[in-house]
Amino acid sequence: MIRLEKRPQPSRAWSMATPLVAVIATMIVGGLLFAALGKPPVEAIRTIFWEPLFGEFSFYYRPQLLVKGAPLVLIAIGLSLGFRAGIWNIGAEGQYIMGAIFGAGAGLAFYPSESFLIFPFMVLAGAFGGWIWAMIPAILKTRFGTNEILVSLMLVYVAEQFLASVSLGLLKNPEGFGFPGSRNLQSWDAAHNAELLTGTGMHWGVVAALIAVIFAYVLLNRHMTGYHIRLTGEAPRAAKFAGVNPTRLVLFCLGTSGALAGLAGLFEVSGPSGQISIDFNVGYGFTAIIVAFLGRLHPVGILLAGGLMALTYIGGDIAQSNLQLPAAAIQVFQGMLLFFLLAFDLLTNFRIAIGKPEVA
Amino acid sequence: MKLTNLLTSAAVALGLAAGAAMADTTKVGFVYVGPVGDGGWTYEHDQGRKAVEAEFGDKVETVYVENVAEGPDAERVMTQMALEGADLIFTTSFGYMDPTINVAKKFPNVKFEHATGYKRADNVSTYSARFYEGRAVQGTIAGHMTESNIIGYIGSYPIPEVIRGINSAYLHAKKVNPDVQFKIVWAFTWFDPAKEADAAKVLIEQGADVILQHTDSTAPQAAAQAAGNVITFGQASDMSEYAPKPRVSSIIDDWAPYYIARTRAVMDGTWESADTWDGIGAGMVGIGEISDAVPADVKAAALAIKDAQADGSYHAFTGPINKQDGSAWLAEGEVADDGTLAGMNFYVEGIEGDIPQ
Repeated sequence: MIRLEKRPQPSRAWSMATPLVAVIATMIVGGLLFAALGKPPVEAIRTIFWEPLFGEFSFYYRPQLLVKGAPLVLIAIGLSLGFRAGIWNIGAEGQYIMGAIFGAGAGLAFYPSESFLIFPFMVLAGAFGGWIWAMIPAILKTRFGTNEILVSLMLVYVAEQFLASVSLGLLKNPEGFGFPGSRNLQSWDAAHNAELLTGTGMHWGVVAALIAVIFAYVLLNRHMTGYHIRLTGEAPRAAKFAGVNPTRLVLFCLGTSGALAGLAGLFEVSGPSGQISIDFNVGYGFTAIIVAFLGRLHPVGILLAGGLMALTYIGGDIAQSNLQLPAAAIQVFQGMLLFFLLAFDLLTNFRIAIGKPEVA
Repeated sequence: MKLTNLLTSAAVALGLAAGAAMADTTKVGFVYVGPVGDGGWTYEHDQGRKAVEAEFGDKVETVYVENVAEGPDAERVMTQMALEGADLIFTTSFGYMDPTINVAKKFPNVKFEHATGYKRADNVSTYSARFYEGRAVQGTIAGHMTESNIIGYIGSYPIPEVIRGINSAYLHAKKVNPDVQFKIVWAFTWFDPAKEADAAKVLIEQGADVILQHTDSTAPQAAAQAAGNVITFGQASDMSEYAPKPRVSSIIDDWAPYYIARTRAVMDGTWESADTWDGIGAGMVGIGEISDAVPADVKAAALAIKDAQADGSYHAFTGPINKQDGSAWLAEGEVADDGTLAGMNFYVEGIEGDIPQ
């Protein structure tokens, strides 16, 4: 008989190994899925994981990994702070949108000025946009005890309506022949978040993501606030005795994650995307939740997880094009990653025992 | 600049290396905004791709990527297709416009075709269909068929393309039924069965017994069927599974002739950048069979409008037409120019409500 036995202590080894095991399991089951679809499984897995990094055109894909991974890491770092303390911001997608709208709007208000102050101002406005959007669930939670999961999630849909509205009205390109969407910031130097070194994919959003990783690491390991976050998540009662102010913690965690998501939106709209449009958001805010957990809510883990997620997206598109795999199969493949992660996570706290339970 | 050079030289190198193998195979890429199984917009583009394969057989290789988000993802997918040796790439959503132009700059030897946009380059063509011609046919049927004199219209986004359709349908419904009234609901989506069904139900509750849709799912058809005495029109695809009623006719996007012609032009080396805007006459806009739920005289009137547009003897926007605010737009007998139509951002006289801003 096979059963699960609770470990007296969570296993550190399994905690570290789980992401790797999950990736390997995803490769195996994903390969079976691709084979069932009549596609060469090894070739497909190789295309997804190998092609972007070391394939013939990796000189193009490697920079794209940074472009795709940076917003994921930036958002996930913010989310991980709250998640560690049991504060669940599920609405990063909305904060990402609002950051982009505020940031782009702040810049476009000065069009066509070429002042060097415009981009820094946009960065501030972007962070503010995300922060203020996250403050809504934060204040509702601290004042009225509402559930931040529901409020932050619902606000995503409100933000999407805002996005459609400004694309068609306030921020619509006056030279766009009546079509929705703002001016393209890529063609306006003062507002363009261009590559810092041509051909590297390195833009300010990538820099911000790396800085966020370092700050989060220091915060969690060396700073009182970080200690409070960890304590609240691991032992809420002890945290209360230690004098943690839950209201401040909620405001800090939601505010920080909102601001970082807003920054991600701003760097995206002023850089790779270039313009506010009705379909500007592509789900980074939701995918970042997966990235945060895949990275074990640890800053360095999130950095790696963001890279891995970006890899499956880019490799997935290559596999679609070269092997004509359906998009749905790639999405199932990505979903498996989280599924296996959660499944194998069980082994951190439980062990598999074979035989009859011992009688105490 | 460095990347540009790198990409170009890589593309050239690839072209040289694979030159012998690729000489008799033309590679055509398609970038889709939705899933190929959406039953509407993307489905019809994919039918066009299959028609290219059927037409040229071994001489052509087609690849596609579906569900590509507009923005940097689209740019990456296009770049990847170009790197992998595509000779011709169709980008099939308005939001791919700037990405298409960006990628086209890096690959001067690859031809690009962008659907429904307005930015062109030496290696970028644009193409779109005159769907408003189909709307004129629908408006004629709708005006005759409605008993409540209320026609519901599900708009996707308030962009020129959609506004043109509303105006065309309204003008032709009004022509045959002066009492007709349009109720317009904006769904702010191209494809969302739940939202579209809600929109249809709201319109039916407000007394509409004809529903026109500019969204791609069959949900409004199902809602009309459930409500009973309501008729609808298929959008983008024939949606004939709802015929003969509620679906009484449809607008079908038929990209196949265009895709085949452009692929042939690349093979022959005669491809040139162009702006194509074809309608019923060229076969890009198809009118799905008008079902038996429509009386014979109404069917004849609708077909007359269709044929007159096909042979060019009639234009859907022929004066006198005033704008919504009462100001004159087209004088008696005057025909709208393509520039105004392409950027249409106003309702014609008689339509109530405002275009959302």
